[in-house]
Amino acid sequence: MKKRIISPIIQNIKIAHGTYKMTLFAPYIASNVTPGQFVHIKIPRDSSLLLRRPISVNGVDKNNGTIDLVYRVVGKGTSLLSKLKPNELDLDLLGPLGNGYKVEENIKSLWLVGGGCGVAPLKLAAQKWSNLDITAFLGFKNKSEAYQIDDFKNLCSQVFISTDDGSLGEKGFITHILIKHISELRPKLILGCGPISMLKILKQISERYDVPCQISLEERMGCGMGGCFVCSCAIGIKDSWDYKKVCTDGPVFDSREVIFDEWP
Amino acid sequence: MNGPNLSVEIAGVTLDNPIVAASGTFGFGIEYSDYVDLNKVGAISVKGLTLEPRKGNPPSRIVETPSGILNSVGLQNPGIDHFINHDLPMLKQYRTKVIANINGKTIHEYCQMALKLQNTEVDFIELNISCPNVSQGGVSFGTDPDMVYRVTKAVKCCCQQPLIVKLTPNVRDIKEVAHAAEEAGADAISLINTLVGMAIDINTRKPVLANVTGGLSGPAIKPVALYMVWQVAQTVNIPIIGMGGIMTGEDAVEFILAGATAVAVGTANLVSPTAMLDVLEELIKYMENHDIDDIHQLIGGLVL
Repeated sequence: MKKRIISPIIQNIKIAHGTYKMTLFAPYIASNVTPGQFVHIKIPRDSSLLLRRPISVNGVDKNNGTIDLVYRVVGKGTSLLSKLKPNELDLDLLGPLGNGYKVEENIKSLWLVGGGCGVAPLKLAAQKWSNLDITAFLGFKNKSEAYQIDDFKNLCSQVFISTDDGSLGEKGFITHILIKHISELRPKLILGCGPISMLKILKQISERYDVPCQISLEERMGCGMGGCFVCSCAIGIKDSWDYKKVCTDGPVFDSREVIFDEWP
Repeated sequence: MNGPNLSVEIAGVTLDNPIVAASGTFGFGIEYSDYVDLNKVGAISVKGLTLEPRKGNPPSRIVETPSGILNSVGLQNPGIDHFINHDLPMLKQYRTKVIANINGKTIHEYCQMALKLQNTEVDFIELNISCPNVSQGGVSFGTDPDMVYRVTKAVKCCCQQPLIVKLTPNVRDIKEVAHAAEEAGADAISLINTLVGMAIDINTRKPVLANVTGGLSGPAIKPVALYMVWQVAQTVNIPIIGMGGIMTGEDAVEFILAGATAVAVGTANLVSPTAMLDVLEELIKYMENHDIDDIHQLIGGLVL
């Protein structure tokens, strides 16, 4: 069940260029969240910023009842969040919202493919399914924007890194590295999150090599409850699709169902 | 039971309290049942319905603007038949009154929907002639008083339930339009729908909304809405459901003083799922603090 929670800030630190990690005390979310699900945060202090910000959960500590959120500063709301100090105030959040990734019991090996901000929710996936054989493919713009690589190395059997400029790991898009390995290793399931351009290629790769793939989508969001119909994404098959809601039908979808042609 | 009397009557139907969910901001109600006891909401105007299921506009459909939001959903909905067979029975398990918000491309379509709603448990029909986000119908019916008269009259002839006409603020004179709706037989008027606006991404030089323009709502439009409600209250003798940027109980009191019998909460539902209950609680607190034991003592109570 989703709840409204008033959550004290435990920590709020910069972990990469323009990227922050906030730790919140939210035991209910920590115990109930599935990787890929998100919390919907009310921006404090400035009542002119009306809409909540949806941020996926990056990690949990069930013993201490805390959750980690990793977010990029992209506008006024996230800029305000980045300046909050521990115990300064409590955040108003709704969650856990949305449908997360689903990993069937018979799955023994898992590939995680993330780009930029999209790496964040995959860390919770690596944490939850750390008993599986996990290979992570993480792409960043450059070295200064990379984060949590050591965490992934601790949780995964293998970690591949790429950056657009080659300042860390291999140079190029992470999907290029993925394609080098997929024909020989044939994973059972791919979980992806990242920019639309990356997800489009990931969808093509998963279809060409016939590997099931779940991707997490992002769209400008309103209520988070499925009530306002604004966070739409085209789901279905060509010539027979509908706009589904990222907040309650997603954010995680089977990549085969996502019709990217309908994105402007 | 003590506490002030909050129940209001609109066209012979009694609402437990004057708080209404504005269409398009509260889905079909059920989506919010984890957070809200729907029995405590006076009425719910459901997501705008069309004769056939409708996909709506491409994303992005929403953008935050100073103290407001712009949306261009474009009436995505599962169609009126799905509503009657699937959503309505679920919603009717609660005490809240149900308002079916209907949208046609033609007068004939509005009438067809009103006919389909005959002998259903819907409590009110809300004629949406004010949606700014569709290319056919919508606001084009709501800006011309003659057209408002024609569509209201036609639907009034074939609808069983009390008819609310929802007005757009994007007009030269709101009084003319309200008057036309009343003359044609409207049982109540709701206003305002959103104000047309736009936002531009200066990095891509593109409009933020895929539909280019959208409807502005939220606290940014509250003074405009309040003025229009006040103007209409002086023009018509039928009840008014006032809306536009109501975020608090104090905002609701302002609309009621301006002449609204009930008030709708819209954008605030996107900010907090419990917004309507919060507004209700604050309204009660205001009444208690001012020794007002009946909401009717406030309606139209503006002192000039």
